[in-house]
Amino acid sequence: MGKKILLEHINVPGIKSLDVYRQNGGYASVEKALKTMAPDVIVEEVKKSGLRGRGGAGFPTGMKWSFLAKPEGVERYLVVNADESEPGTFKDRYLMEKIPHILLEGMITSSFALGAKTSCIYIRGEYFYVSRILEAAIEEAYAAGLLGKNILGTNFSHDIFVQVGAGAYICGEETALLESLEGKRGNPRIKPPFPAVAGLYGCPTVVNNVETIASVPYIVMNGGDDYAKIGIGRSTGTKLISASGHINKPGVYEIEMGITVEDFIYSEEYCGGILNGKKLKAVVAGGSSVPILPAELILRTEKGEPRLMSYESLSDGGFATGTMLGSGGFMVYDETTSIVKNLYTFARFYHHESCGQCSPCREGTGWMEKILHRIVEGHGKHGDTDLLWDIQRKIEGNTICPLGDAAAWPVASAIRHFRAEFEEYINHPERIKEFKHLQELVS
Amino acid sequence: MAKVTIDGESIEVPDGTTILQAARMIGGDNVPPAMCYHSKLKTSGGYCRTCIVKVSKGSEKDPRPMPKLVPSCRTTVMDGMEVQNNTSAEVLEARRGVVEFLLINHPLDCPVCDQAGECHLQDLGYENGAAKTRYDFPRRKFNMIDIGPNIKMHMTRCIMCFRCVKTADQITDNRVHGMLFRGDASEISTYIEKAIINDFSGNMIDVCPVGALTDKTFRFKSRVWFTKPMDAHRDCKKCSGKVALWEKGNEVLRVTSRKDKWGESEEWICNECRFDKKDIKDWVIEGPRHIDRHSVISLNHYENVVAKLKIDIAKQQKQIVDKK
Ligand SMILES: Cc1cc2nc3c(=O)[nH]c(=O)nc-3n(C[C@H](O)[C@H](O)[C@H](O)COP(=O)(O)O)c2cc1C
Ligand code: SF4
Ligand code: SF4
Ligand code: FES
Repeated sequence: MGKKILLEHINVPGIKSLDVYRQNGGYASVEKALKTMAPDVIVEEVKKSGLRGRGGAGFPTGMKWSFLAKPEGVERYLVVNADESEPGTFKDRYLMEKIPHILLEGMITSSFALGAKTSCIYIRGEYFYVSRILEAAIEEAYAAGLLGKNILGTNFSHDIFVQVGAGAYICGEETALLESLEGKRGNPRIKPPFPAVAGLYGCPTVVNNVETIASVPYIVMNGGDDYAKIGIGRSTGTKLISASGHINKPGVYEIEMGITVEDFIYSEEYCGGILNGKKLKAVVAGGSSVPILPAELILRTEKGEPRLMSYESLSDGGFATGTMLGSGGFMVYDETTSIVKNLYTFARFYHHESCGQCSPCREGTGWMEKILHRIVEGHGKHGDTDLLWDIQRKIEGNTICPLGDAAAWPVASAIRHFRAEFEEYINHPERIKEFKHLQELVS
Repeated sequence: MAKVTIDGESIEVPDGTTILQAARMIGGDNVPPAMCYHSKLKTSGGYCRTCIVKVSKGSEKDPRPMPKLVPSCRTTVMDGMEVQNNTSAEVLEARRGVVEFLLINHPLDCPVCDQAGECHLQDLGYENGAAKTRYDFPRRKFNMIDIGPNIKMHMTRCIMCFRCVKTADQITDNRVHGMLFRGDASEISTYIEKAIINDFSGNMIDVCPVGALTDKTFRFKSRVWFTKPMDAHRDCKKCSGKVALWEKGNEVLRVTSRKDKWGESEEWICNECRFDKKDIKDWVIEGPRHIDRHSVISLNHYENVVAKLKIDIAKQQKQIVDKK
C-alpha cells in the first residue's frame, strides 16, 4: 500500500464531523502553526516540500506564495479553486464531500502563512450539495473556535466564505474565477497583472486548488523535507487521481507519485485492469485537455522506459510522444472506443465553454466542433483532417487564457496518434456504424 | 527610457510604452494592425489578437525570447527588446489565422453596410486575408434588436472588440449594454430594448471598428467615399464641439468625431453635435479633413484639389498684383 496523506482517514466512520476529524489528529496543524510557527517559516516549509499546484498546471506552491505582494494596509486573500470542471476530474468533490475539514484546516493554516484574514472557496454550481457540507463544516469550526476572532486564543482571526458558481468551466481559470467572485461575468483577465499582485478586488490574492491546500496540514505537521521524500524527483508527495472509463474499478485513488502507469491501470490496488478483459487502446492521463496517448506510449516512453505517474515522466517526449499529469483526470479507453467520437465530445465541450473574449478560441472552437460533427455523422470531407490540424495550430498559444490550448491539444494529439481513424471515417462513412474495423487500425 | 527595435528599426520610448505604441511612433509599414485597442480607452486591447508580434529578445537584462507570440497592444517594452512583426513568417501566418477566424462568421454584407469604405475589418482582410474561405457552414445569425433611437446595431458584423463597452463605461454616466451569453453565441446587447439613451452614446459608433454600430441618421444616405470630410466646430456646452462633417453638396450627411491616422477618435463629441446639428449653418468650417487611413476615401479625395486650387488662386492674385 502506498502512503496516504489526504485519504488516510477516509473510511473512518463519521470523519465528516469535526469531533471525529479531531480525534484522528485533525486541526493539529492549526494549533502548531498559530502557536509555534512564524508565517514565513511555513512558506519556507511549503517551498521545501516541493508541493506543486494540483489544479492542472503544476506550479510550485511555495514559490507562488512567496510572490504574494504584501503592501502595508492592504487586505490579502486566499481563494480555493473548487470549480473542478475539467472533464474526467472529480477528486476535489470526493475530498470535500468525505472530509471537508481537511480543506478547512489547510485553509486556516495557509491563510495564517499568507497573512490573509479572509479566504473563500469558489465551488462549481453543480456541487451545490457539497457546498452545504462545507457550510456545515465551517459552522462547526466557528463553534469550536477554529474560525472567527482570535483562533485558539491567538491573535489570528480568520473568516471563510463559500461561493457557489453558476456552472461555467471557464470560471475555473483563476482570473475568471476572481471576476465571478466579484459578481461579474466570468471572463479571464488579461495578464499581467497577476493575482499575486492584483487579484480579488484588486488586492494581492493566492488562488490554489482544493487538493493543493488540503496537502498543507501534512507539510506543517511533518516538515517540508519529510513531504519531499514521498514521490519521485520534482514530483513530490501524493496525488489524487480520478480514474474513469473502461476499467474494473473506477474511482478516486491517492497514489504516491512515481508508481508506473501500468501498475496503476492493472493492479488490484488501483484500477484493476481493463473492463471485460479487453485490450487497452488509449489513455487521457490528466483531464480532457491533455494530449491523448495510445496504449504503447502511455505504458512506455519513446525511449522504452516504463511511464510513471509523475509530472516529469508523463510529459517525457514533449507533445510528440508524451502528455501531462494535468489535474489527474485519468480516462481509460479500450479497443472498442472511437477516438474520433470521443474527440467530438471534447470539442463540443470546449466550444460550449469558451467565454468568447478572444477571436481564435471563440471562432475556432465552434469551427472544430462543426467539422468533427460532420465527420462522425459520416459527412466528412477530404482534407478535413488537415483543416482541423491547421485550425488547432492557429488557436494554440494565441489566446488570452489556456482554454484555447485546452481545446487545441486534444485535437492535435488525436490526429497525431490516430490519423488513420479520421481517414477511415471520412473515406468509408458506410462502415462507421460498426466499430470493429477501428481495432485493426490501432496496431 | 527603453530602447526597442521593431523589424530592425530602433526607437527610445518612455518606460511603460507598449510595443504597439512604440511601433506607431516609428510609423511606416511595420505597425501591427489593431482592432480592439483604442488609444483613448483604458484597458482596451488584448482581445482580437490581430496585433500579435514575436518578441525575439526579451530585454538587455534577460535576452531570452518570449515563448509565445504576444499582443503588442498589451505588452510593454523593455530596454533592449527586439520585436518582429512583418519580418516574422510565424507572425504573418498566425495573423492570417486570426483574420480568418474574424471572417468565418462575418456576413460579408459590405455592399449594404454603411461602414464599408472606412471599415477596419475590410482593411485587415484586404491586407492579411485569404481570397477564398475554408468555412463551409452556415454563418452565425442573431435576432435584430433595437438598442435605442440613434444607433443601429447589426450583431452579425460585431467582432467582439469591447470598445463600445469600454466607451460606455468610461465616458458615459451609465453603461446599459454589454456582452450576453458565451463563446460564439456571445452578443453585444442591451437586454432591455431601446435602452441606450445618454448624451455621449454616439461615440460608440465611432469606436466600432466594423459596421456593427452605425449612425441611424446617416443610414443608407451615401457611401462614405462620396462624402467630403470637413473639419468644423461650434460652441457646445457639452463637448469640445470639434467634429468632422461629412458633406455631400451643401448638405451635412453625417457628423463624427475627428479620428487620428489609426482611425481612433481624437476627442469625444456629444450626441447633440452628432445627431442634431445637420445644418451647415450650425458649424464654423475649418477646411477639408485629411483621411490617412482608408484607401477608398482617400482615393476619391478632393482635398488635394482644394489645396491646389488655393495655391493657384494665390498665384493668380500675385500675378495680378505684379502686373499692377
Ligand atoms: C479553462 C481553465 C479551467 C480551469 N479549471 C480549474 C479547476 O476547475 N480547478 C482548479 O483547481 N484549477 C483550474 N484551472 C487552473 C487555475 O487557473 C489555477 O491555475 C489553479 O487553480 C491554481 O491552483 P494550483 O496552483 O493549486 O493548481 C483551470 C484553468 C483553466 C485555463
Ligand atoms: S481562450 Fe477562450 S475562454 Fe480563454 S479568454 Fe479566450 S475566448 Fe475566453
Ligand atoms: S459592437 Fe462594434 S465596438 Fe462593440 S464589441 Fe462589437 S465590434 Fe466592437
Ligand atoms: S489590438 Fe491588440 S489584441 Fe486587439
